Amino acid sequence: MDWTQVLAAGVIATIGPVTAGYALSAIGLNLQFGYAGLLNFGHVAFMLVGAYGTAMTVEFGGPLWLGVIVGVVAAVLLGLLLGIPTLRLRADYFAITSIAAAEVLRLVVRSSWAEPQTGGVFGIQGFATDFHRLNPFPATELYGIGQFVVTGRTLWVIVVGWILVLIATLFVARLIRSPWGRVLKAIREDEDATRSFGKNVFAYKLQALMIGGAIASLAGILFALEQQSIYPGAFEPRITFILYVMVILGGAGSIWGAVLGAAVFNFLFYATDTLMARLQANVDWIGAILSPAEAGLIKYFLVGIALMLLIVYRPQGLLRSRDEGPADAA
Amino acid sequence: MLLILAFPLVALAQGETIGGTLVYRTDGERNPVEGVTITVSQDGTPIGTAVSDAEGRWEVPLPGPGTYQVSLDPLTLPEGVALTDPAQVELSNVAVIGGQRRSVIFPLGEGATGGVSTYVRLGALLVAGLKLGATIALAAVGLSLIYGVTRLVNFAHAELVTLGAVIAYLFHAGGPGWPLVVAAIPAVLIVAGFGWLQGRYLWQPLRKRGTAVLSLMVVSIGLSFALRSVIQLFFGGLPVAYPDFAGQPAIDVLGIPMVPKHLATIGVSIVVLLLVTQFLQRSRTGTAMRAVSDDRDLAESSGIDVNRVIQVTWILAALLAALGGVLYGLNESISYDMGFRILLLLFAAVVLGGLGTAYGVMAGAFAVGIVVEMSTLWLPAELKVVSGLVILIAMLLIRPQGIFGARERIG
Amino acid sequence: MRPELDIAHEPGVAKPDPVLLIDGMRRSFGGLVAVDVGHLEIQRNTITSLIGPNGAGKTTLFNLLTGFDSPDAGHYTLDGRLLVGIAAHRVAQRGMVRTFQLTKVLPRLTVLDNMLVAAKTQPGATFRGAILGRWQGAESQNREQAMSILERFGLTSMVNEYASRLSGGQRKLLEMARALMVMPTVVMLDEPTAGVNPVLIQSIVEHVKDLRESGMTVLFVEHDMDVVQSISDWVVVLAEGRVIAEGPPGVIARNPLVIEAYLGKHRGVDVA
Repeated sequence: MDWTQVLAAGVIATIGPVTAGYALSAIGLNLQFGYAGLLNFGHVAFMLVGAYGTAMTVEFGGPLWLGVIVGVVAAVLLGLLLGIPTLRLRADYFAITSIAAAEVLRLVVRSSWAEPQTGGVFGIQGFATDFHRLNPFPATELYGIGQFVVTGRTLWVIVVGWILVLIATLFVARLIRSPWGRVLKAIREDEDATRSFGKNVFAYKLQALMIGGAIASLAGILFALEQQSIYPGAFEPRITFILYVMVILGGAGSIWGAVLGAAVFNFLFYATDTLMARLQANVDWIGAILSPAEAGLIKYFLVGIALMLLIVYRPQGLLRSRDEGPADAA
Repeated sequence: MLLILAFPLVALAQGETIGGTLVYRTDGERNPVEGVTITVSQDGTPIGTAVSDAEGRWEVPLPGPGTYQVSLDPLTLPEGVALTDPAQVELSNVAVIGGQRRSVIFPLGEGATGGVSTYVRLGALLVAGLKLGATIALAAVGLSLIYGVTRLVNFAHAELVTLGAVIAYLFHAGGPGWPLVVAAIPAVLIVAGFGWLQGRYLWQPLRKRGTAVLSLMVVSIGLSFALRSVIQLFFGGLPVAYPDFAGQPAIDVLGIPMVPKHLATIGVSIVVLLLVTQFLQRSRTGTAMRAVSDDRDLAESSGIDVNRVIQVTWILAALLAALGGVLYGLNESISYDMGFRILLLLFAAVVLGGLGTAYGVMAGAFAVGIVVEMSTLWLPAELKVVSGLVILIAMLLIRPQGIFGARERIG
Repeated sequence: MRPELDIAHEPGVAKPDPVLLIDGMRRSFGGLVAVDVGHLEIQRNTITSLIGPNGAGKTTLFNLLTGFDSPDAGHYTLDGRLLVGIAAHRVAQRGMVRTFQLTKVLPRLTVLDNMLVAAKTQPGATFRGAILGRWQGAESQNREQAMSILERFGLTSMVNEYASRLSGGQRKLLEMARALMVMPTVVMLDEPTAGVNPVLIQSIVEHVKDLRESGMTVLFVEHDMDVVQSISDWVVVLAEGRVIAEGPPGVIARNPLVIEAYLGKHRGVDVA
């Protein structure tokens, strides 16, 4: 049983572009859910809008940098469009509305009716060349030590991704440590109380939704540039659920919680994946019950269980104390 | 995108196409038929459409050799022209070999009306809507009742639907090989038991712990995720169909073609829903359920054993969901995520009727089913679910307590 | 004790200098009339208590006046400015703050943060201000204001504790202290002594008097008749949504209508 392989899979995933992207998206969700208390279950829609906004702009002949701007602006507009009618709803109603809205968006983008613009089921490819042209590392060179190697192409995405994560974290930290952030925390604690001393709760929630959405759109754009293709199947509700596990695991409402949560989650996720694959291949009785594809499903099962256990036993996650953790029933 | 654009260019260069000439014969004359829409698909995915020209000619380029389905839209037939065999709207096994320009024929003749009349079209959609609504209603009522007695928005309810369909499949197409009607019984009972287990050993302890209702909702999301993975693990990722009643031909009812199993679905669902109605109105437990749903504290102080009521509610909700699953699988297909795919429609029905109500939700479910199916008159079929989602969103914005629900008082 | 208001002891009587004027305010919940106040005036810089049996509509009236609920009909003015259909947060900005029956401190914020978040002037509370970052000056000023208020309320020792650690009585004090950060004209207290340790009640009573001394007007809902008697300048009695009596506390205690409202209508039974 080669444990270094399992470890390597986990470590590479943790520093890789996937974690950077998820961390970015989680930072956005953390602002909305961890700080403002918004139960946004349609978060993946912000990533979709960022990715498609960028790809479609390039499709229509625009430069990539313009595409990125369009993607982020589109996410801000989505936040506005979604938030204005829905933010006054009760939390569980807001959750359902947001997930429904995200699904509508995904289904429309996927439809043959939208295919001329969005590529329908097939999605869009070949918009990322400008990005990879900027890569200072030779694309096919290998970097790293021993088992832990990545190509120059991937290294570029890793560098850009983690720089974005750093910028986003510092930006959110600045906001949260300010009086604006304090009002947001007050809203999370008790909206009516916050209104009673003169704060426009609706405006703050809307801002949190829009800013969090903008940050998440960068994640969608990062993934799109990394894969060099996007398709609607990549933006299913499953992504939002995983992001929630990450945010809660790291510690909702902490500055570094989203990043830590994404890193720890991905480490465990990919390590488990490799572990199950190795077990299935090498251990007879396991290989007898599980096929390789089935072994790959175990990690998703664990994600669901993890979410349940986290919420019940450690809702404050890794970085927060019980006092700071989510409030329980009165 | 370049790849996509290249496809048809490559195809034209190779030259596979499907085409034909539409003419209708009357009194020995051949008259070309113009303006008819023909759609070519492969495995359910539309490849291309063509409209017949002044000489009745049409042609659709193909991405390559293979088997295709060619269908004619009867609504685009002009007045007085109809297919000689109205059932032959689609040709389902058109094989095309490399470089072939395949020709197909749609025989047309004189018809009393232009193809399928609006009456038939609307009638068929209405039946489809009632059928969808029937299956949604069974699952949605349970979801609403659970919310009523425990205030839990249970995202994992969808998996009860899936389990019902899957377990019935295992008893029907798997080992025992029982007829579907018989196989449904253990499916419904097992899932009802699972519902009771869930209520007693997961949700009740969490409620005792004082876990906030919103946290419970997130727990249900995790549970839904976990259950879906387990079901996929044991059942596989590919959709299957029940052998019984597969490919059942339509019969003529009031001039509208209807498939008997669709009618049976509607019938079974209505009967069961009526029984549920009677149960809620007449029986002691049913009344107790309504009391707990209205005002839990009041019910408790009136001597009602709230925990027992909740347990019964779980059994009933799971039972109904499982039955809904079997019926849904009968009419569509069975897959590990079938429940999840209609979860949002369940929410639509519940929100429309009123979270916590029973009769409102039944009506809401049929309304959602009809709107979803009827929307294909304007929307492409792949987007019909969107109309249901739009109802959901609109209701939550305008009147979240539903048409029949009570507005909540603040403080 | 303030000099007695030299006016008739009648419901809806006009006051010499009303800070709050309510007209024709009505609110029903599905056929049940919760509030039906024809005319009510609250005298500036007094402590007015609002009493009445359970279900009389006191909290509903509070909700209506502070923008947490909207009336079916009627209007009211604060300092002469019309305030109807205004959102709750704007009502607070105009100078009318409230506390809640079930105390609403912000549990996962420190006591100091509970105060600072309510500060009236803080450019850093807007998104733009937060990004630009020039809010430290206002923060120091607000901190000074907060500390001086906390000192008056005896909460300085708990300044850096999470509000969740406070006792019930301390939370009531914090809620009151927080309301003062907004420098309100009218302070509306919803049952300030409910569920409070009897030892602390006197302290709360003193603080309420302090509010009046600082120039504010206090309107509070109260069930504890001793408290009502000891500090009210004026009492308004609500029953079934209507104002059935107004007057100084001593007079109200003897008012047969008031006694009847509290004890219910006992036909043929002698009420001593």
